[in-house]
Amino acid sequence: MNLKKIRPGRLRKAPESFLDAEFIADVKQNGFDEERRAFLRKSFLAASAAMAAAPLGGALAAAPEGDPDILNLPSWTTSLGKPVASRPYGMPAKYESNLVRRESPGLASVSQASVAFTPLQGMFGIITASGLHYERHHQGWQEIDPSRHRLMINGLVKRPRVYTMDDLMRLPSVSRIHFLECGANSAMEWGNVAVPTVQYTHGMLSGSEFTGVLLSTLLEDAGVDLKRGKYLLAEGADGSSMTRTLPMERVMDDCLVAYGMNGEMLRPENGYPLRLVAPGIQGVSWVKWLRRIEVGDMPWNAKDETSQYADLMPDGMQRQYATIQEAKSVITTPSGGQMLIDKGFFNVSGLAWSGRGRIKRVDVSFDGGINWRTARLEQPVLPKALTRFNIDWVWDGSPAILQSRAIDETGFVQPTYEQLRAVRGSRSVYHNNAIQSWKVAESGEVSNVHV
Amino acid sequence: MSMRRLLTLLLATSSFAVHAGYPGVGRDATPAEVKAWDIDVRPDFKGLPPGSGSVEDGEELWIEKCSSCHGDFGDANHVFPPLIGNTTAEDIKTGHVASLKDPGRVRTTIAKVDTVSTLWDFINRAMPWNAPKSLSTDEVYAILAYLLNLAEIVPMDYVLSNENIAEVQERMPNRYGMTRDHGMWEIDGKPDTHNKACMKRCKPEAVITSSLPDYARGANGDLSKQNREYGPFRGVPTPGEGGDEAAAGAPAADGPPNDVLSANGCTSCHGLDHKVIGPGFAEVAAKYAEREDVKTYLSGKIRSGGSGTWGPIPMPPQPQLSDADLKSVVDWLSSGAHH
Repeated sequence: MNLKKIRPGRLRKAPESFLDAEFIADVKQNGFDEERRAFLRKSFLAASAAMAAAPLGGALAAAPEGDPDILNLPSWTTSLGKPVASRPYGMPAKYESNLVRRESPGLASVSQASVAFTPLQGMFGIITASGLHYERHHQGWQEIDPSRHRLMINGLVKRPRVYTMDDLMRLPSVSRIHFLECGANSAMEWGNVAVPTVQYTHGMLSGSEFTGVLLSTLLEDAGVDLKRGKYLLAEGADGSSMTRTLPMERVMDDCLVAYGMNGEMLRPENGYPLRLVAPGIQGVSWVKWLRRIEVGDMPWNAKDETSQYADLMPDGMQRQYATIQEAKSVITTPSGGQMLIDKGFFNVSGLAWSGRGRIKRVDVSFDGGINWRTARLEQPVLPKALTRFNIDWVWDGSPAILQSRAIDETGFVQPTYEQLRAVRGSRSVYHNNAIQSWKVAESGEVSNVHV
Repeated sequence: MSMRRLLTLLLATSSFAVHAGYPGVGRDATPAEVKAWDIDVRPDFKGLPPGSGSVEDGEELWIEKCSSCHGDFGDANHVFPPLIGNTTAEDIKTGHVASLKDPGRVRTTIAKVDTVSTLWDFINRAMPWNAPKSLSTDEVYAILAYLLNLAEIVPMDYVLSNENIAEVQERMPNRYGMTRDHGMWEIDGKPDTHNKACMKRCKPEAVITSSLPDYARGANGDLSKQNREYGPFRGVPTPGEGGDEAAAGAPAADGPPNDVLSANGCTSCHGLDHKVIGPGFAEVAAKYAEREDVKTYLSGKIRSGGSGTWGPIPMPPQPQLSDADLKSVVDWLSSGAHH
């Protein structure tokens, strides 16, 4: 692998680099006087002459007089820029086009019942850009006319109710930041390493601010019978009319009927104009295009509670309704399929989350789990939300194995693959929250490994 | 309580006679509205509408509406995982599907599902794939009867109905195969893994047990094009195998109508050049290039479906395609399906 080939935008060394160390130390100590200034001018000219004589492309090293991107003013500094609202809905810079949602080849043969993964390898903070929020549909996505959308509440309630979007947007509104993770995130990795990058190992994960109405508000409005109504069914308005059962305690605690995401309406791929938000619970339960809520006295055993999203154990039994996403974390940079540009200092960064509450601590190992250091948690640290962690690292060029380990406020420590497989085998498909390992080779290439 | 507060309270209660919550917001649902949407069927068969359907009728419906994706016997694997297979007469007796313990065996739907209500409910709400909720109640019974017969749960001459479906439940091969004995339903449930946050010399060495084989490095496309081309971590160039064009490529001027093809599921069965389940688009274009009525012919074939021309797997009808979208596909095909 030729490292230079993948460094087109690499910062060139500044002109100081042809000054000797003694001179720099001298200047640092005694400051610039006229004599030293003169010396500097001479050195600069000498270096320029040497450079001009050298063949083009011969040296990655310094341009003679300095960085041409500094010396030659670029067009954006010397021309008139574009007017306001030339893109009425803003778009990322054209240089960012590599970071898009992607399918993983061979995962599903029909794109309407597939997954497009979030490019975690290039994202910052705890909020996922709405256009990069992962997609998982069961029968394709729809673009629903919000003026014709209805939410019905029926079952064990005094009054079956119907709400329009006008109604829902009049009700007391709350905004909450939560993570959303598919129960099958990291599914391909249960048995062995299967995919190269964090986009495919962990990219069925997003974090957003959701705005809507607490489901408890609506259920109280309908006169819910909480004595008998221990379960709730949520149903979508799309072709699949996906249904999922939720436990009433979770529902009354913090579930939302959301129309907003990250300051605007939900995107169609994420359930526009209305979706269920079930904090801490696997994504499949966050029913999109939500049209109906039914209160009942037993679970429904829907398709995605029996033939899918049930965890197969080694004894052949399937764990049903295993819905809470236990604590998990992953280093997003550097991660599989990336290449460190050089030895030296790096900010290692990642995400941690828990369906049971706040993240308390994240530890990072650089030697495959032998020794650990505690990472910095960035604020805010919110319950059932993505938490960003960072840690300093100086890479000396020798092989390393990077891991992160989340601990949540219940004291639960994210398991190793060994621990997880000892209890659940390797065919569960769902709820893989094992510690992820990234190997850094001497070449700087990072790859997905299991330790 | 002061007289004034009492009065306010009385006024408030009387003006929201129905309920006190949010005046002017929402309304009661009519019985007809609830009936139209409340279609779920529970394991105790609450919600199951009366009706019936025979295995025989089910087979006919199956071939017409279901087999193109699921195969004639529900065992196909080319579009969706197989529905039928890997259950035995013994499983029907015990209520536990033995093949689920065997890592080498495919997990079919009938092997996993514990309740027959689930199948009725799902076929009714979501099938067929491209025309959900188009089946009549009796058709749902019939199709389910055919599936149950394929799994040898009911005999060939069975007529499934709301009257006898509870008996079928007693023969579901995996009816006792579910457990809720785990800590992931309750917020304070007990976890089943118990890692410790050791910090120093936690183990003697770190042994790599699995890594990506070299041949698979490029399976997800060119990773250098899936990362920023500046910054401290660049993507490793890997020989791409196609993933990228699909994700990022804009269509050429006379290229395929990608949006239409993908939104309607065409590309899940047809490759641009080669056969996937149905023939490649280029193969279709070549076969009919000389035909004078090529546009009319292809429009008809796409709109109404057909079988036998390219093999036994039928092409399902595409009633959902708008005329404009259909025209864009036909125009592209009849001009050679270039890309």
